[in-house]
Amino acid sequence: MKYKSQSVAKLYFIAAIALFVAQILFGLIMGLQYVVGDFLFPTIPFNVARMVHTNTLIIWLLMAFMGAAYYLIPEEAETELFAPWLATLMFWIFLAAAGATVAGYLLFSYSDLAELTMNELLPTMGREFLEQPTITKIGIVVVVLAFLFNIGMTILKGRKTSINLIMLLGLVGLAVFFLFSFYNPVNVVRDKFYWWWVVHLWVEGVWELILGAMLAFVLIKVTGVDREVIEKWLYIVIAMVLITGLIGTGHHFYWIGTPDWWQWWGSIFSAMEPIPFFMMTVFAFNMVHKRRREHPNKVATLWALGTAVMAFLGAGVWGFLHTLSPVNYYTHGTQITAAHGHMAFYGAYVMISLAMISYAMPLLRGRNAANPAKSQVLEMWSFWLMTVSMVFITLFLTGAGILQSYLQRVSDNPMPFMVVQEQINLFYWLREIAGLVFLIGLVLYVASFFVGQNEPEAVVADR
Amino acid sequence: MAQAFTKAMARNIFYGGSLFFFLLLLALTFQTEADFPSRDNRAALEGPKGTQIAEGKRLWEENDCIGCHTLLGEGAYFAPELANVYTRFGNSTDAIKGFIASRPADGIPGRRSMPQFNFNDEELSALAEFLKYVSEIKTARNWPPNIQG
Repeated sequence: MKYKSQSVAKLYFIAAIALFVAQILFGLIMGLQYVVGDFLFPTIPFNVARMVHTNTLIIWLLMAFMGAAYYLIPEEAETELFAPWLATLMFWIFLAAAGATVAGYLLFSYSDLAELTMNELLPTMGREFLEQPTITKIGIVVVVLAFLFNIGMTILKGRKTSINLIMLLGLVGLAVFFLFSFYNPVNVVRDKFYWWWVVHLWVEGVWELILGAMLAFVLIKVTGVDREVIEKWLYIVIAMVLITGLIGTGHHFYWIGTPDWWQWWGSIFSAMEPIPFFMMTVFAFNMVHKRRREHPNKVATLWALGTAVMAFLGAGVWGFLHTLSPVNYYTHGTQITAAHGHMAFYGAYVMISLAMISYAMPLLRGRNAANPAKSQVLEMWSFWLMTVSMVFITLFLTGAGILQSYLQRVSDNPMPFMVVQEQINLFYWLREIAGLVFLIGLVLYVASFFVGQNEPEAVVADR
Repeated sequence: MAQAFTKAMARNIFYGGSLFFFLLLLALTFQTEADFPSRDNRAALEGPKGTQIAEGKRLWEENDCIGCHTLLGEGAYFAPELANVYTRFGNSTDAIKGFIASRPADGIPGRRSMPQFNFNDEELSALAEFLKYVSEIKTARNWPPNIQG
């Protein structure tokens, strides 16, 4: 850690990990509800567990992105953060808002929560991933604006690197497209159309800029490869992200009452969306291969390579599987979508966040370069357990999705939804078991922060 | 990568490409808006049931129906698709109302069950009218593929 104010990142990272644990616990509840339908009913109905699962994911990723920004932007800009106190204040506001929202989901019925938070004044609730009460959404906007002001001023007074500018651009885009969450017309087609301006333009657009900037930063640090080379790669990758991904939004506009011509635009452009992910994989492996130093933080490098591979598989390959409109006609809104969503989010956004945390946390905790071997080995175990179990979760859901699509939509005698669900029960059980293995991996991950901290550490060696 | 290809060129491709395709997305969005009236069943929203449908959508949202069901394929995958539930229930709003009203409060042992929301008759009618409106949106290839959703 080069600048004192970077230390604010630590708060964000700790909260991110805590919310990650909550996310996985509620994921396991939902997974069990798929096979034991009345589990925790009606105390925690499925929709509540799902809201907690998806909303804690979004919040902890935002926490990790903010923590990453507070860490890497001062270091890149070669100056202290503009207002460290503001970053700390915003952290507590954000955490309190997130905690209150999750408590609201669990303690009240959703309709009571809507009434309590006066949803009727500006109705924004009850849409997938945007379930937060309007007041929470406004809170998110305030926190993000203060955050953007803080990092923007830091960049202004310091060195302007490409990584910093791309990180800032991604985060500004995140804020701008979130504003569409306040637009909620009665017209369902229009509602859905602009809902994707938040959801797609986040995860298949501006978030990938944030991902790219974080990956480039970690790679510069652990490989020592020349910044010019890494930033050139970064520009090409994110250029391809937006060139394919902006019009690629069209793959969500096949069946929601939007015009037929979106089938062509969506299919052609989204079919190219794996290209930037493949380039990212080549990029990460190339840089590590050409490394100029032997950085002792092996596990950060492992996460960085892991995210490059798993983002390509999850977002690229599993996205491509069902992105062409003739295929999507049968798979839209089935377990295929769930399979893709799980591996894509884990591969792209969870793993890059953990790569960043893995790189920065030892430094934030006062070590010179990396965690001791004992801690790193444990973290590597957690890497493999979580990653392999996520591969299996994805494979099981894909199996479930193929059968579901066939039985419910392709076969000559289409069966009702609930009948089909019983037919594919076995896959849901297997998914739940894989989920338990994921939890074990997560427990080891948390444990890795508490072992071997008194042992001596290795130093960065030139190669 | 060849040295002739510089970082500045990569940066220009990024800014130029992103700007071009964002403007293209805006153009396609304007065209989509122009095409909406022929597809989005706005006649129902502007007709005598308009207020009821709007009320139905509010109830749909404030009870987080999307947390279990899909609507036009979007939402959660825990419970049946509802964009065509009106046709699946024999083009009957009464059947929809009856189904929602009859859910057991304590669920069904060992099985998935929809919660009992204790809607009054007016609310049930609003929800049913909302679902009827959605079923009459003109989707490409008349998605969902069949009556089962």
